[in-house]
Amino acid sequence: MAESLDTFPRLLLHNAKVRPDLPAIREKDLGIWQSWTWSEVAAEVRTLACGLAAQGFKRGMTIALIGDNRPRLYWGVTAAQCLGGVPVPLYQDAVADEWVFVFQNAEIAFAIAEDQEQVDKLLEIMPKCPQLKHIYFDDPRGLRHYDQPEIMGYDELLELGREFDRAHPDYFLAEVEKGRPEDMAALFYTSGTTGNPKGVVHSNKNLITTGRMAAEIEGITENENVLAFLPMAWIGQNMFSYTQALICGFCVNCPESSDTVMTDLREIGPSYFLAPPSVFERLLTQVTIRMEDASWLKRKMYHYFMGVANRVGGKILDAKEPIGFWDRLLYKIGDLCVYGPLRNVLGMTRIRITYTGGEAIGPDLFKFYRSIGVNLKQLYGATETSVFVCVQPDGQVKPDTVGKTVGSVQIKIADSGEILIKTPGLFDEYYKNPQATAEAKDADGWFHTGDAGFFDADEHLKILDRAKDVGRLNDGTLFAPKYIENKLKFFPYIKEAVAFGQGRDMCCACVNIEFDAVANWAERRNISYSGYTDLASRPEVYDLVQDCVEHVNRDLAADEKLAGSQIHRFLILHKELDPDDGEITRTRKVRRGFVAEKYATLVDALYSGKGECFIETQVKFEDGRTGTISAILRIVDAKLASPDAAKRAA
Amino acid sequence: MEQVRNIGEPILVVENVSLAFGGVKALQDVSFDVCEHEVRAIIGPNGAGKSSMLNVVNGVYHPQQGHVTFKGVRRQDMNSHEAASMGIARTFQNIALFRGMTVLDNIMTGRALKMKTNFLQQALWWGPARRDEMQNRHKVEEVIDFLEIQHIRKTPVGRLPYGLQKRVELARALAAEPEVLLLDEPMAGMNLEEKQDMCRYVLDVNDQFGTTIVLIEHDMGVVMDISDRVVVLDYGQKIADGTPDVVRADKKVIDAYLGVTH
Repeated sequence: MAESLDTFPRLLLHNAKVRPDLPAIREKDLGIWQSWTWSEVAAEVRTLACGLAAQGFKRGMTIALIGDNRPRLYWGVTAAQCLGGVPVPLYQDAVADEWVFVFQNAEIAFAIAEDQEQVDKLLEIMPKCPQLKHIYFDDPRGLRHYDQPEIMGYDELLELGREFDRAHPDYFLAEVEKGRPEDMAALFYTSGTTGNPKGVVHSNKNLITTGRMAAEIEGITENENVLAFLPMAWIGQNMFSYTQALICGFCVNCPESSDTVMTDLREIGPSYFLAPPSVFERLLTQVTIRMEDASWLKRKMYHYFMGVANRVGGKILDAKEPIGFWDRLLYKIGDLCVYGPLRNVLGMTRIRITYTGGEAIGPDLFKFYRSIGVNLKQLYGATETSVFVCVQPDGQVKPDTVGKTVGSVQIKIADSGEILIKTPGLFDEYYKNPQATAEAKDADGWFHTGDAGFFDADEHLKILDRAKDVGRLNDGTLFAPKYIENKLKFFPYIKEAVAFGQGRDMCCACVNIEFDAVANWAERRNISYSGYTDLASRPEVYDLVQDCVEHVNRDLAADEKLAGSQIHRFLILHKELDPDDGEITRTRKVRRGFVAEKYATLVDALYSGKGECFIETQVKFEDGRTGTISAILRIVDAKLASPDAAKRAA
Repeated sequence: MEQVRNIGEPILVVENVSLAFGGVKALQDVSFDVCEHEVRAIIGPNGAGKSSMLNVVNGVYHPQQGHVTFKGVRRQDMNSHEAASMGIARTFQNIALFRGMTVLDNIMTGRALKMKTNFLQQALWWGPARRDEMQNRHKVEEVIDFLEIQHIRKTPVGRLPYGLQKRVELARALAAEPEVLLLDEPMAGMNLEEKQDMCRYVLDVNDQFGTTIVLIEHDMGVVMDISDRVVVLDYGQKIADGTPDVVRADKKVIDAYLGVTH
């Protein structure tokens, strides 16, 4: 092929030429999946790009894209790239103030917003970001009476585009021609656990080379279907439903709304699926809730066959060890009665490749999916490395490693234990932040991840934790907070957990209940409550969580190195940890340091042996207002398991 | 931002209506009008005759005296079927949905009058019946989208929480594409957040489709916020009529709500 497919616009035009009639993107609208073919998408992007050009969008400028996964926002990304501009996808559920820094840092003058909610937030930050001059909206609902000169509907923009295209018919292709693989293709702002977010700059080359490399290894074709339901601002989402979709030419499906993802997942039955562990956790929680409401027979059947799956399911999937005839038969029956229907409910019947990434996944959660025959694999990577660094190869999946390096990626373990990475997809720089760039990327081009890890005997990378988080208790016992938190989070009743112990005598934990699951549990037991805070403080709920904690302690006791870091005391938080309050990041990673600081009184109470503690917390509501919640929290001692007892039980 | 709604001529006029059940005088000589595109509230203490008034407009009750004029047609007796085909839809104080049917099917029943094919054709689901259903389903989906209830489309109504059931009922009324929408205590029994949502939907319906809305409500706060004009009933009689500010300051209204001896 004469033309080189090294920029996103060229990939789009290529797809429009070689597979014009295959669906490129679908969106469920008015209850029906509407599709656009590659040729239709190319035509739409052309018009949109011309519209932006007519409005003064030029090479090197930035454009913000804010909203759920909507085809028009994806087209906005490509249209900007066609003109040599830089798309900046933002987290749609952020409060307006969080955007101010990004808009100022990237000097964003253009924005495409999904709906009234996002437009309102943009209008709110406008006084602080005077360079923001153009806001386009997709869904006109509620915006009829907005008469600010900066606001324009998407359709009106297309109309301008058509006019511009008629007047300058050669403009679009000439602009696409000017694109170079080294050009900045996208800016991803990392949520960052400390300080202001950093804008990670990726060129066309970074993203496309990495995406292509991973697609070749897994044999991804134009026949895949993916469901785009994670925030567009997350690079994982971009890689798997934008970059790889353009490279391979497969179809991306946008769900109807964030509430319908479960149903849409079932309807689409994706063949390629990527989600952070929290999504897999939520899916499992829903299954558990529904199983508890099921009839006696179904419940018995489920528990029996899940036991079988737990014993042999993973091994059958890996096809490594020989399995006895009887177990094989049992698993087959289980597949017919339980696993198959379960996969169907989860929308995983057609799945070929599933990744979990973005966070470490709890081993029990991981085993659950593999045992019912879903080929779930771990993926290791970062925003700075264009996602793919390590992937677990088929048939060699271990729950506690993230697999082998992908393609031409190189990994070096520093003397400190930190993981260093060199990859063709390595980011160019942090936008306008040379100091941070120099800290993260050394002179030889090694990226310092900040993660601690090592290679095991089979060359699989094992991640311990964020290097700065792995610590020791005062008596020298190894303390890996994330490991403990993940163990707790495996229980459907626990949504979030924060473990403390670094530099202390014992390990203690703060726990968030999973409201849906606990509410359902409480309802079946006729326990009345008035809301989240009340439910979280019920003694019955404390007992429930205590069981979970003691279960974790028994598991920890079985591991010699971790037996000392059992949870001695815990409490249930009166409010959910929320990204709006800064307690977790938008990608749902707990900011442990921040939580320890904010709830210092609670942490003190945990360690001082008090039985209860009064706490008053400020909360930020979604519309930006603040309020306070106060509560008296009970602190409970958990029973510790002795290592011997644990062994006997095992 | 000021709302630009053109409130038009009276579309519905109630003249000297009296209604009695045996010795109980539910309504005595009540008159008021409802203009096109406005939000009109009927308020009053328990037993004031609010629901009876709505039932008269809707054709469920037949007043002994007085007339109701709707779109220039004056009549004493209107049956509810006529009311519906002339463009009046309503919701009920005690939710009246088919509990075993899905949300989608419930809302589809709101299109019953718009279906052109007959029972037999629909049973066979062939040719015109199929097209007919597709067109009507499209309209229903628009309503579902408008009220943001996509996630419960296939859920049986009986399994939904109260607030959502109320929204489904509104959806069914909207599916009939009414000119006048009668809402009987749409916010009763809701928590604050659900009330705010419902207010937003009522205003959106009024704004986007220009639907005239007559609503009965207990919650004074809600009424004062969203209505253009308010009628106050007490013991079957009209005691005040006007904009929220006028009504709020009215001596008789204050007395009725605080319970002065008559």
